[in-house]
Amino acid sequence: MAVPAPVLTMTGIGKQFPGVRALDEVDLRLLPGEVHALMGENGAGKSTLIKVLTGVYPADTGTIELNQAPVAFGSPLEAQQAGISTVYQEVNLCTNLSVAENILLGREPRKRGRIDWKRMRARAGELLSRLELSLDVSAPLSSYSLAIQQMVAIARAIDIDARVLILDEPTSSLDADEVRQLFRVMRRLKEEGIAILFVSHFLDQIYEISDRMTILRNGRLVGEYLTRELPQVELVAKMIGQELAVLERLHGTAKVFDRPLVEARELGRTGAIEPFSLTIHEGEVVGLAGLLGSGRTEIARLLFGADHASTGEIAIGGTPQSLRTPRVAMSHKIAFCSENRKADGLIPDLTVRENIILALQATRGWTRPVPREQQDDLVERYIKALKISPPNPEHLVRDLSGGNQQKVLLARWLILEPRLLILDEPTRGIDVGAKTEIQRLVAELSDGGMAVLFISAELEEVLRLSHKVEVLRDRRLVADLPNDERLTTDVLMETIASGGRAS
Amino acid sequence: MTTLTVGRASVPAKYLPVLVTGCLFVAMFVAGGIRYEGFASGQVILNVFIDNAFLLVVAVGMTFVILTGGIDLSVGSVVALSTMIAASLMEGPGWPPYLVVPLVLAIGSGLGLVMGYIVHAFDIQPFIVTLAGMFLARGLCYTIGTDSIPIQDPTFTAFAQTRIDLFGDLWISPSVVIAVVVVLVAVYVLHYTRFGRSVYATGGSEQSALLMGLPVGRTKITVYTVSGFCSALGGVLLSFYMLSGYGLHAVGMELDAIAAVVIGGTLLTGGSGFLLGTVLGVLVLGLIQTIISFEGTLSSWWTKIFIGMLLFVFILLQRLFSARSRR
Amino acid sequence: MKRLLWPAVVLALLLVLNVFFTPSFFSIEVKDGHLYGSLIDILRFGAPLILVSLGMTLVIATGGIDLSVGSVVAISGALACLQISEDASVFTAVALALGLCLVLGAWNGFLVAGIGIQPIIATLILMVAGRGLAQLITDGQIITVNSPAYKVIGGGYWLTVPFGILIVIGVLAISAFLTRRLALGMLIESVGSNAEASRLAGIRARGIIIMVYAFAALCAGVAGLMISSNVSSADGNNAGLWIELDAILAVVIGGTSLAGGRFSLSGTVLGALIIQTLTTTIYSIGVPPETTLLFKALVVTAVCLIQSPSFRAKVFRGRGRAKPSSAAPEQKVKVTA
Repeated sequence: MAVPAPVLTMTGIGKQFPGVRALDEVDLRLLPGEVHALMGENGAGKSTLIKVLTGVYPADTGTIELNQAPVAFGSPLEAQQAGISTVYQEVNLCTNLSVAENILLGREPRKRGRIDWKRMRARAGELLSRLELSLDVSAPLSSYSLAIQQMVAIARAIDIDARVLILDEPTSSLDADEVRQLFRVMRRLKEEGIAILFVSHFLDQIYEISDRMTILRNGRLVGEYLTRELPQVELVAKMIGQELAVLERLHGTAKVFDRPLVEARELGRTGAIEPFSLTIHEGEVVGLAGLLGSGRTEIARLLFGADHASTGEIAIGGTPQSLRTPRVAMSHKIAFCSENRKADGLIPDLTVRENIILALQATRGWTRPVPREQQDDLVERYIKALKISPPNPEHLVRDLSGGNQQKVLLARWLILEPRLLILDEPTRGIDVGAKTEIQRLVAELSDGGMAVLFISAELEEVLRLSHKVEVLRDRRLVADLPNDERLTTDVLMETIASGGRAS
Repeated sequence: MTTLTVGRASVPAKYLPVLVTGCLFVAMFVAGGIRYEGFASGQVILNVFIDNAFLLVVAVGMTFVILTGGIDLSVGSVVALSTMIAASLMEGPGWPPYLVVPLVLAIGSGLGLVMGYIVHAFDIQPFIVTLAGMFLARGLCYTIGTDSIPIQDPTFTAFAQTRIDLFGDLWISPSVVIAVVVVLVAVYVLHYTRFGRSVYATGGSEQSALLMGLPVGRTKITVYTVSGFCSALGGVLLSFYMLSGYGLHAVGMELDAIAAVVIGGTLLTGGSGFLLGTVLGVLVLGLIQTIISFEGTLSSWWTKIFIGMLLFVFILLQRLFSARSRR
Repeated sequence: MKRLLWPAVVLALLLVLNVFFTPSFFSIEVKDGHLYGSLIDILRFGAPLILVSLGMTLVIATGGIDLSVGSVVAISGALACLQISEDASVFTAVALALGLCLVLGAWNGFLVAGIGIQPIIATLILMVAGRGLAQLITDGQIITVNSPAYKVIGGGYWLTVPFGILIVIGVLAISAFLTRRLALGMLIESVGSNAEASRLAGIRARGIIIMVYAFAALCAGVAGLMISSNVSSADGNNAGLWIELDAILAVVIGGTSLAGGRFSLSGTVLGALIIQTLTTTIYSIGVPPETTLLFKALVVTAVCLIQSPSFRAKVFRGRGRAKPSSAAPEQKVKVTA
């Protein structure tokens, strides 16, 4: 089968930031009617490459050719007009406006200078039906879920005669059904001859949807491969640049847990999570498995007092307690590393040191500052222990990479020496190396007697770390499975799919 | 979820604040009618329009700015500057009004344009830029003169004394007609032009609007220009009303305009609100003054206290409604 | 402290400019046991603004803004003078006035943190209503008092130094101690930088915010006493008029962002001094007083422009293209500028 001429070719792209060589001699070509995955760890240069392509940054070296003609875009708008549209991870639409407007804003159909609302709604409806969606296009976008908003963003992108569609981590906040819907749309667009550049952290998705992939590492090109010819293990090896040690379960020997730390009885919150019962013992790692939106985060927030429970009760160390606020939970030595680092975790204006001691300081109140020497001691210790880089406590936390930011958050809670540590997706969006380190740390902590509630979208990871796994589906806790040899990701997936009826 | 059922009809949540303001206006009017003799007449409402035509025009400009998520503190000073320029040019060198008025409008728009450009091009908060604009315009007033300049131009005085009779013995001033035209044009622009939709998009999420390829910079510059124009026009209307130019005219009018926009249900964070709400907001403010003048024994400072209390009640109501519709 | 550089340079320029017109500008002498000199005057007349600005700094650092301080200035002076004119002791009058200010500030804080109203609107309520309240207290008149003890607050001296300056130093020391010695500053910056994350870290933001607004009102109250004591009268209509705007300017010139987060008390003092020096300069270089506002507008614009990174990029055009526009979704690549 002859390879068709590429729509887009990038050759020898280089980009230098102060102190960082972000891209070095990178090539990329996109073929019409193909889904092309762009692979690499965080910091490999994926985002920079996309930004160079869409005109956010100028390239220092190299050329970009669109349909064999050299191009250089000065802004995303210019790229869009040339047929290169981008849909970002965070939906970049105006949620206060209607669906129709979001699709057609800036090119509304007009009649004698005034916006023709009727034709606009009709046109928006057409575009959505091309994606097999039917929505009330005059409703505000804010009334729809993130997944639908993402589809609307795609509808907007393909309305402009798109020849190249860039999807930058579009699936990171979608559940399985929504991903399936997105993939259906992608296949459709592929059939229409559009070249799709796809970025995702989920390997399964890459193998399901992509035809070809380009792998980057440390700003350099590793190579271009046909997806079906590259086994997953090799892909991972190429991404991290070394043979990956075989994943072993970190908890080999079975332990007996007989000292309950936190017991939730029929705890629930209307509209968030059905009443559930859950016991977490000292030293136990409890995994929460389930799809996004199945109630994982909601359980975590209830156990930390971030939300109020509407039913049920909670006992800590055997005595009933009311967790009204995070402060109360913290006084019972419960800590919570939230899923959304940027929104719910880090204080971007503060330094690494200040971010690390923040929770400790909060428990002491503003009148009793943590002595500076103690601060420096603690911070230095955790920067070393967690290998936070750069190891400078006075660095602003906003300048750190995702993995290091996550470690700063972890450090913040670890210095409180909690008895129960709740980790909500601690390894999401961080590179493989940092991921393994965090997993090892969790195992060590639990060996030291700390209870951990571990939430992750990756079932492998849940299995690897947990002593028992709680399965969630549709905002209900459906199964409580001890983690023994019989429990595999397949079993977990089945339990999620069947809603626990089988077990 | 996004609707609240009122009786049997269902009102989309976005119209709710405007509805509340409307109800409040009616309630105040009815209460006034019961309490005071001669209050419940059409002319009382028309007088509110007549006495507040300039504020209405200024508030329209402010609505544009606030919808983009900005704020314009310079409006009061620009109003004063406009009265001052108009009065001094007509009374000093004796320029004719048909030259002076366009010049005043151009100066106002120009000031707005410059402020908008600085806000956009240099990423300085609108609060600060328009604050500097406020000092500048007020300063220019005093440079022109520190005393009040009466306007004796025959066209101006004739215009100021014109009454447009409606049915019965109701009447309005030409300023009201101008203000209503401004409101209608503004509604059209906001809802039927690309610029209008960009205003809402920019207020909703500036970054998204940029990535969607909307001319955010131009939109921002334009809204401040519109606000400058409206302030200058408001100044012209005020000089019809006062028949004088004075550097101390319209002190604090920016607060009245912002209060009117807020009472009209527009969110200061931008992206949400309607011009009709602003009109109602101005009417509510005007009606408070009318009620206080009908009361007779109340001192003028009660107006401020009432407006403050009203702002409080309104904001509380909005808070309650938005909390409920979110659930 | 790189970000204090520009305000310091502007202040220095303004001061030097004065020397050209008044060669004796920098001289300070002791007359009748009192310090005299232009610099002392700047500090003395700038004292109320510095006070109000200090309170405003903390409010702005929490991501808020307080428009009501001008009205609080008027209320405080009005209540104190009313009490004194009704033969209350100066101590009672001052205590009552400051007590009321604390209540008003706590009210602002309650609206913001308790009910969750946008700060600009929440304080707009008191800005509008408070001015009416001040006029209500004075019954629309100017209350004149004749009390030597009260006069000390704004016009007195202690150990040759004007009392007002001492009050400012005292308040500055207290706020620096609370925020930088104790942990209040870090918690304020945390709340202002990311409120939800702060809550999840166990910070009691509500209490901190209410306290900060109360502190701002208290500062405004002291400033109000100073102003009314200096002229031995209270004017509900004009006292503290637009001082909130000057204060916000001072904070911004001092390098604290209106978006909240990091704040700098010394920056604010510099900012307030720039504004006060400007007023003094205008008199001393013989610019007609009518144009005071014009000059203020120009200098404010200049200072804000110089501090704006995108202005510097465009005008001084460092290296090639300006930085990528804010359109770029947060870049993940670290750029150490």
